[in-house]
Amino acid sequence: MIFKGNAWVFKDNIDTDVIIPARYLTTTDPKELASHCMEDLDPDFSVKVKEGDIIVAGNNFGCGSSREHAPLAIKSSGISCVVASSFARIFYRNSINIGLSILECEDCIKNIKTGDVLEINTDMGIISNVTTGETFKARPFPEFIKNIINAGGLLNYAQEVGGNA
Amino acid sequence: MGMTITQKIFAKHSGKRFVEPGELIMAEVDIALANDITGPVAIEEFKKAGGQKVFDREKIALIPDHFAPSKDIKSAELCKILREFAKEQQIVHYYEVGRMGIEHALLPEQGIVLPGDLIIGADSHTCTYGALGAFSTGVGSTDLAFAMLTGKCWFKVPETIKFIYHGKTNSWVTGKDLILHTIGDIGVDGALYKAMEFTGDALCHLSMDERFTMANMAIEAGGKNGIMEPDNTTLEYVKNRAKRPYEVFMSDADAVYLNIIDYNVEKIRPKVALPHLPENVVDVEDAENIAIDQVIIGSCTNGRLEDMRMAAKVIKGHKVHPYVRLIVIPATQQIYQDMIKEGITEVFIQAGAVVSTPTCGPCLGGYMGILAKGERAVATTNRNFVGRMGHPESEVYLSSPAVAAASAVRGKIAHPGEVTDSDI
Repeated sequence: MIFKGNAWVFKDNIDTDVIIPARYLTTTDPKELASHCMEDLDPDFSVKVKEGDIIVAGNNFGCGSSREHAPLAIKSSGISCVVASSFARIFYRNSINIGLSILECEDCIKNIKTGDVLEINTDMGIISNVTTGETFKARPFPEFIKNIINAGGLLNYAQEVGGNA
Repeated sequence: MGMTITQKIFAKHSGKRFVEPGELIMAEVDIALANDITGPVAIEEFKKAGGQKVFDREKIALIPDHFAPSKDIKSAELCKILREFAKEQQIVHYYEVGRMGIEHALLPEQGIVLPGDLIIGADSHTCTYGALGAFSTGVGSTDLAFAMLTGKCWFKVPETIKFIYHGKTNSWVTGKDLILHTIGDIGVDGALYKAMEFTGDALCHLSMDERFTMANMAIEAGGKNGIMEPDNTTLEYVKNRAKRPYEVFMSDADAVYLNIIDYNVEKIRPKVALPHLPENVVDVEDAENIAIDQVIIGSCTNGRLEDMRMAAKVIKGHKVHPYVRLIVIPATQQIYQDMIKEGITEVFIQAGAVVSTPTCGPCLGGYMGILAKGERAVATTNRNFVGRMGHPESEVYLSSPAVAAASAVRGKIAHPGEVTDSDI
């Protein structure tokens, strides 16, 4: 997949409580969840974010709660891909499982500013900062994870491989 | 080459004699758990994937505990989805309000999770059951749906960091203080993707309740699981609860560890984690005089009977500070009843506290004690992220039940020794 959009840069340890506060977990509607995405850090995020935009963050993105509502809210807000130095374990699984594109890259946070235009090739794991002309390489996914991503999520993958999952 | 307890549980549940860190495996789960927030999403995914019947109705636990008893119409609808699915699938471990408790206190108490088990839960604090010598970890709703369909879950076998606690704990130092100290030391991503194996002579003296507290917060250091080898205390706890066979696993002497971290607990003092990360840990003395508005004693971290006994011991004969709300939430109905029998509920009410029915409620900013802008709470819970308990400009300070109780009396963060001459 190729994504192009503006970067939104966040720091280390962005937890799932700020991605989608628990007070909104009484709904499972992705659009409603998206309208509160990142609200406690930036109340206008959901209004300002444009289709295709990209989140760039530091270490341990998505730490805390197991709520799948967090990657759902991000995906539904229009964000096409999250690039972080590292992801918290459950958020990583959840994103792969629901088909939110994520990439691990330690250099991005140091070299990308909010508003920079990025172009990402997820298959190649290449992140290009169109604004500065710099290019970064993401850590490759294990084969098994690639298969889930290519199937469009865990349950699609399970259906593809049938009883052999 | 030997295996750690975590590797051994994975090997057994994936039908292998040996598994090594980094290996991707498909493992059978003994229990798959969901609550009123994560369950409805899992149920929707289960149905979308064509699910008709769960893989085993005895191996799924559905607990309405987060926003239950339902706080509003929307949360009532979520509980209804959980309830109807439990009825339709004849789920054995469904607990209705009135019998329900906070999932991570209820499941061990009822003997549903046991040593040697492999447990997944659509709740990040599922790691709690590692205190029993089980592998247990949090997953999302889609993983849970997959497990409800197939009885399986994929894992990458983690490397293990071993934490050795030795020495005799100081007065008012509890399992909560040991785990806060650990998170403060290694940071909120200090054990990212790793198994945390807790061991050492200091742990032998900890009650099961304190061990659950420690394993519960492994996720707060990014850990995949927190685990302890079973000992006599574990087996005594499990003895009258288990209704099925279980297996005790121990790490081999030649097991390989990524890292071994040693703590002399004699140097550890009662702790507080300052906003807005659980790694911002300081000694209570260094946070004294911070004025507070509310105290929460409860949660899957510290809502068990020992926690209540400890808090009651501190607060007995005192009154809660006039401008502080003390909210006490026993984690299960059994604990609630035991508190009444032991006179603990009376102590709290006499002091001017609220004693609530079991619920996760305020811990995640659901209800039953939400903070206004600028308010501060001391809580025995597990997270102090921005907005966790209410307004994004409110603050949560994490502590043990003893420190929380002392703080409720003083109206500011306080060491238990300031309030009582007794000791634990």
